[in-house]
Amino acid sequence: MLRVINAFKTSNEVEVKLFIEYFTNINMAKKFEFLEHTGDVKFRAYGKNVGEVFQNCALAVSSVFSRNGEINETGKKEFVLSENNYESLLYQFIEELIYLFDVDAFVVSRAEVKLTEENGKITAYVLVYGDDASNYSDLDAIKAPTYAEMYIKRLNNKKWEAQVVVDV
Amino acid sequence: MKIQKISENVYEIPKEGKMNVPVRIFASEKILKSIEKDKTLLQAKNMAEMPGVVKWVVVLPDAHQGYGACIGGVSAYDLKKGVVSPGQTGYDINCGVRLLVSDIKLVDFMKKRKDIMKSLGKDIPSGVGVKSGFSFSPKEIDLVLKNGVKWAFEKGFATKEDVSNIEDEGCIADADYSKVSARAKGRGMHQLGSLGAGNHFMEIGVVEEIYDKKTAKVFGIDCVGKVTFLIHSGSRGLGHQVASDHIKKMEEEYGFDKLPDRELACAPINSELGRDYLSAMRGAANFGFVNRQLLTFSLREIIKKYFPKNSLDLVYDIAHNIIKIEKHNINGKMQDVCVHRKGATRSFGPGRLEIPLKYRKTGSPIFIPGSMGTYSYVLVGTKKAEELTFGSTAHGAGRLISRSEAARTITPAQLGKELHDKDIILESGGLKGAVDEAPSAYKDVNEVVRVSHELGIGKMVARLKPLGVVKG
Repeated sequence: MLRVINAFKTSNEVEVKLFIEYFTNINMAKKFEFLEHTGDVKFRAYGKNVGEVFQNCALAVSSVFSRNGEINETGKKEFVLSENNYESLLYQFIEELIYLFDVDAFVVSRAEVKLTEENGKITAYVLVYGDDASNYSDLDAIKAPTYAEMYIKRLNNKKWEAQVVVDV
Repeated sequence: MKIQKISENVYEIPKEGKMNVPVRIFASEKILKSIEKDKTLLQAKNMAEMPGVVKWVVVLPDAHQGYGACIGGVSAYDLKKGVVSPGQTGYDINCGVRLLVSDIKLVDFMKKRKDIMKSLGKDIPSGVGVKSGFSFSPKEIDLVLKNGVKWAFEKGFATKEDVSNIEDEGCIADADYSKVSARAKGRGMHQLGSLGAGNHFMEIGVVEEIYDKKTAKVFGIDCVGKVTFLIHSGSRGLGHQVASDHIKKMEEEYGFDKLPDRELACAPINSELGRDYLSAMRGAANFGFVNRQLLTFSLREIIKKYFPKNSLDLVYDIAHNIIKIEKHNINGKMQDVCVHRKGATRSFGPGRLEIPLKYRKTGSPIFIPGSMGTYSYVLVGTKKAEELTFGSTAHGAGRLISRSEAARTITPAQLGKELHDKDIILESGGLKGAVDEAPSAYKDVNEVVRVSHELGIGKMVARLKPLGVVKG
């Protein structure tokens, strides 16, 4: 940390690089994290807006499917979902990722999510990147999203946070 | 949370606050301590707040935290005032276990064990993204949902004896395939006949010890050294989608603001939506029975190659995630109630009409698989269970630690060594996934079964020692 502070003072090239890496890593670490749950899988995802929280939830889902591995981006799928609250929309969003996996053997790598809100209806325009499940030998399954302990809320620092338990 | 000891192995959370009934915990002191560590009891309390719930909410010895309702939880509802709640039986509708027994001699099996395990690993469809190898049209799927194992019998996938040795003969009445969405059918149709992933498995074992000779004889497992086959699987993506679809419909129709947990979305039993869900759930349950039947068909085809003269006879097939309308004694009066079992095996004593004729004098067969590498048990249902637990007992060892903790603390090499030391062959897509289901991630199955036996909610009949496991 001292070296990071030094970067401010000295503007040394190496130190500045360290500075950038340090904060990029904080950002990376904060995209999502897994929490303890005896029976199933629980995670929290973060973002500066709800769309980014959804995107980071997709990363968490990809991490469950791939057992913390990497999924290549060889294909993409698009879908649109509408609901009247964030939690329902998130539930449907995760369910759609599971559906793509079960029916099309398409495993998500990441997603781009754009949200619009009109007359109380929230619509998500989703572009999912991923790969054919048959290219991986040790994937995990998710049975369903759940509403258990689920929330999406705005934190004091104006950032957003979601918590999800998926049935595995 | 206030927990009172009622008697040996019985504890109670008395009715308080918004609870409509108390919670009864059936566990030893040791098990209770592990149950108290997560949100199991909070979830049981939430179940006790639901409208129309009767008598008490049951927490079984293998209970652990789930979503909405706890796993190893049973609740019963008054048919007029009560609700039906998909989250209280879970997404894996009719996840269940069947036991088959052969007259293959252990010594003969052991000579061919390696080859048989390899064949099973190769030819039993398991894991994720795997299609079953069977191919059925959407019209056939509708018949599966409606007729269950009767359909499998007509198609030559089941024997007459198979049909009579399955809960409800593998066909739950009042199933309606028109209440199952195209999306659900789409998810399930290519998976029918496959094991799935997670904790689903096929386990070959041997009868190692018999505790109740008379009952064991009726079950066909009266001889130590008999080779057995356990299949644990459910209704695959079809069942998961049926639950999801109806949770969505129920919260849209009835809201969730007043519920203690949004995952407990529900509808009155006596409503159109309640009836629709029950009809769809029964269809998914029939699909689950057929799934285990097709796995049995594939298993028999493989074993035939090695032992052409030996048949594999079905002892029984029983669900542990299901909703049933059953007669129970509620405050001194026998009445129909809607029983939700989630990770709970039905335990009915002698005489119940729901039990196949063959077992009506003994009580219903119960199977409690351990985790890979530990024992599995055969038990028999009791009148005491009908009195205490709405005719239910445990369904497995029950998880002790989370999957992430298992991944952190158990290495694939440790698991490999443990199984090697116990002389168990594991066929699995990958050891990384197998670690999630390692024996040390689960409670001690011996303790779970001992408590069930001592309480009398499921009496020990025999113990099976695993020889090989195909993991989903």
